[in-house]
Amino acid sequence: MELFTNQVLAGIATGAIYACMALAVVMIYQAIDHLNFAQGEMAMFSTFLSWQMMQWGVPYWGAFVLTLILSFAGGILIERLLFKPLAKAPVLTNVAGFIALYGIINSFAGLIWDFTIKQYPTPFGSSPFLGSQLISTHQAGMIGVTVLLLILLFIFFQYTRIGLAMRAAAALPESARLVGINTSWMIALGWGMAAAIGSIAGMLIAPVVFLEPNMMLGVLIYGFAAAVLGGLTSPLGAVIGGFLVGVFENLAGTYIPGVGNELKLPIALALIITVLVFKPAGLFGRPIVKRV
Amino acid sequence: MSAVEDVVTEAPAVEAVPKRAMTLGLGTSLVVLAALVIAPIFVKNFIIFQMTMLLIYGLAVLALNILTGGSGQFSLGQSAFYAVGAYTSAILMEHANMNYALTLPIAGIVCFAFGYLFGKPALRLSGVYLALATFALATAMPQLLKLGFFEHWTGGVQGLVVTKPDAPFGLKMSQDMWLYYFTLVISIGIYIASINLLRSRSGRAFMAIRDNEIAASAMGVNVALYKTLAFGVSAGITGVAGGLGAIAVQFVAPDGYTILLAISLFLGMVVGGVGWLPGSLVGSAFIIFVPNIAEGISKGLSGAVFGVLLFLVIFLVPHGARQVAMVAQQLLGKMIKK
Amino acid sequence: MLSRQATRSAAFSTALIATLAISGSAFAQKKYDTGASDTEIKIGNIMPYSGPASSYGLIGKTEEAYFKMINDQGGINGRKINFITYDDGYSPPKAVEQVRKLVESDEVLLVFNPLGTPSNSAIQKYLNSKKIPQLFVATGATKWNDAKDFPWTIGWQPSYQSEAQIYAKFLMKEKPDAKIAILYQNDDFGKDYLKGTKDGLGAKASQIVLEESYEVSEPTIDSHIVKIKAANPDVLLIYTTPKFGAQTIKKTAELNWKPLQIITNVSASVGSVMQPAGFENAQGVLSAAYAKDGADSQWDNDPGMKKWSAFLDKYMPGANKTDGNLVYGYGVAQTLVKVLQMCGDDLTRANVMKQAASLKDFEPDTLLPGVKINTSATDFAPISQLQMQRFKGEKWELFGPIISGDVNTN
Repeated sequence: MELFTNQVLAGIATGAIYACMALAVVMIYQAIDHLNFAQGEMAMFSTFLSWQMMQWGVPYWGAFVLTLILSFAGGILIERLLFKPLAKAPVLTNVAGFIALYGIINSFAGLIWDFTIKQYPTPFGSSPFLGSQLISTHQAGMIGVTVLLLILLFIFFQYTRIGLAMRAAAALPESARLVGINTSWMIALGWGMAAAIGSIAGMLIAPVVFLEPNMMLGVLIYGFAAAVLGGLTSPLGAVIGGFLVGVFENLAGTYIPGVGNELKLPIALALIITVLVFKPAGLFGRPIVKRV
Repeated sequence: MSAVEDVVTEAPAVEAVPKRAMTLGLGTSLVVLAALVIAPIFVKNFIIFQMTMLLIYGLAVLALNILTGGSGQFSLGQSAFYAVGAYTSAILMEHANMNYALTLPIAGIVCFAFGYLFGKPALRLSGVYLALATFALATAMPQLLKLGFFEHWTGGVQGLVVTKPDAPFGLKMSQDMWLYYFTLVISIGIYIASINLLRSRSGRAFMAIRDNEIAASAMGVNVALYKTLAFGVSAGITGVAGGLGAIAVQFVAPDGYTILLAISLFLGMVVGGVGWLPGSLVGSAFIIFVPNIAEGISKGLSGAVFGVLLFLVIFLVPHGARQVAMVAQQLLGKMIKK
Repeated sequence: MLSRQATRSAAFSTALIATLAISGSAFAQKKYDTGASDTEIKIGNIMPYSGPASSYGLIGKTEEAYFKMINDQGGINGRKINFITYDDGYSPPKAVEQVRKLVESDEVLLVFNPLGTPSNSAIQKYLNSKKIPQLFVATGATKWNDAKDFPWTIGWQPSYQSEAQIYAKFLMKEKPDAKIAILYQNDDFGKDYLKGTKDGLGAKASQIVLEESYEVSEPTIDSHIVKIKAANPDVLLIYTTPKFGAQTIKKTAELNWKPLQIITNVSASVGSVMQPAGFENAQGVLSAAYAKDGADSQWDNDPGMKKWSAFLDKYMPGANKTDGNLVYGYGVAQTLVKVLQMCGDDLTRANVMKQAASLKDFEPDTLLPGVKINTSATDFAPISQLQMQRFKGEKWELFGPIISGDVNTN
């Protein structure tokens, strides 16, 4: 029983990582109706930027805020320079573009900061949280930030003009244009916000997994899985999806005899696909009705 | 977020390609074929090996093209089918001492069944969700291959070494050249069969589903059957390509069939032109040679150079090689009229 | 007078010997295979410069820089090294393509230090059938020490299995009743360590209470550590790559759990494992070493490491000296240069292989004092000695004797 509780707690702690990344995935999906394969690399690059600033003597929170701003601007810049020209191209061509961007960012990060792992500081400390050694104060802080982000996103999409305009632009571009929404800039804004949220995710994840150019590779797979499980249109779903994936994966690894440990990830993914077969839009996603 | 259900008029993810535009003219085909037949006589064995790999990856891209370009289903899991084909051939050759040529149809059939079964649950998924499901398959495959349970047959993490066949009938031909012509014959056979498939009743059903699933089902197309069939056919061809790949490389190991392979095949399809079967060969050339060019330009930044080259291609020709061919055809047409 | 005469005659005889030697070599047949000539020696290499294992690309860059230094110093017996290195992305099919390009298109004399067990397995049969040396492969699998079946393939670093056996023997002696847990990476590397440990423990293998594997694709291994802790072992063997090694050391400390930890040599780097994991968390961790650590201050005044450091300053300015790949690349490149010098003017593939198998007590600058490279016609495991070490303060403290741990495939 103790092992069970411990694995659930550890799963929640790891799930917070996935949840954080899943939020960024949902953000970009809201803006461009697609998954961005380079999202993890963008987050990794942002995290390296903040690390570099700290090496130059900028205090943590200063670097944090600067990185947020830089990532936001960087996201918009990438959209304007690389993906706006592809707006008319087929969707699959855009996906190829994401893969190209992945290669570019990963390769540059490796060249600039090399591949040795680096320690990354946490503002929350890493002592046991509320007496439990399984969840450190950093992981608790991470869960807190994720929930805070979730609330902010909810308010943004639900109650601000710009948030509503963005949803409209993503859902019904033609109609949105008719009511005077600049859909092109809404997409750019979506890229900027996704990059900023991604950078927060990166800065929270790095103290746990260590900073290196390939640190987001595994995280992104789980982030996608979590977002899809929760429903790509629902930030709340993405966060819950993250925790579910984290917990389930741990339990599968611990309790399924024989292959459980070796096939943790495939089993988790198989479960997600099973869920999708019955709820194609994810646990919390809106079912999409097609107009023919 | 809101309780209101969104109503979306979704454009099809894959644009419609008329079926006549899916192939090359007879004249052009013969020129390409002649080049493929004659070239090996003049080049080194290593180049012949590269050309063999070109055909093999070309087959795999073609298979994906039938699935995506033909029936509109997206897959990031082709590496899984490729791996199953490769291991089927390798295991039959090394453990059952079966002739290499006989292992290929078996690899094809095994993969067809695998793809068909996978297509069943995948039926309910589309777009991003299908992408994730296939992606999951691709990430799971290397882990399944090294599972202790199968280790006796698969060689586990160490993989299996495969013996390369000699030319038969006492032909004075190097192993590489023989394997090249062997692959070429199979490739041409599959290419012609694929074109005929897409022109047949089934092919029309694939394309109807791609262009508008609801309309297709209203016209009486058995959507479920044809979608799973497309998965099966695509997986089967990929499996044959995988088997050939195992023989050419003489080695199979889990590390050879990671998600990177699936991504490469996907890029090959985009660069070649989605839905344009001859483009598969162009796409295959892109994924084999462009990384070599990229590392020639810069070792440290080879990934970045590759990315930049890829961006250049999709900026210039967002519809891939198909676009180039179309433009060329138009120009040629004008010149002949004058 | 007498002494002057003696000096003169000594000088005369020296001159005579020198003349004889020179004329001797002038008359001796210069023998070359493809890839070698009077002016250059072509060396081929494949490395994962891109893809998941790209961190190892630094080894290739170090070797390239090292050969540039050798060329600047006049080359080997007057011949310049032409080092051709290609990217295989850690993919076996690409490795075959690139190696065939090296052999058939670039026409190299030999293939040196190709990296990774899968890539080397894929090219081994091809190179052996073509009788091209596959020299000093960059992997610690045991199978490279197989002179009988693969006479053209030779390893370099200590094999993973022999290292694991050393840990097993250490445990049987120091902690005979220990309950042992093993965390290993689920690939050829981790499984070799697992096998070595079990072989080393022999009948005592029943003391292993848990064998836990993880996949490289996992972001964190927290869950595995939690599971291992529940089995309550008092020894934890960490057979992981650097990132996961650092995670393990950090996580066990966070759980306030202090088993005796032994970490593989692959992940014993001060700069890229111990420091990120936190020096305070790494106290008392054990490992075994065969090379010096560039980030370890105990070698600051070591003549060998001073040479290494000077080389980096001049030929790889800006390189991160805590990266163990720099030490590795230097050591293995120096070994190749030694072999080529021993070849003299007989630069045939057969002679290269013969000389590579005749290294006697060779000590590259970067190996631990006392660790020597020895090979013979039947021993294709150049480095087979290790010394145990314990982490204390901010550096490793070596202890105990230098242990030899040969594992032969046959």
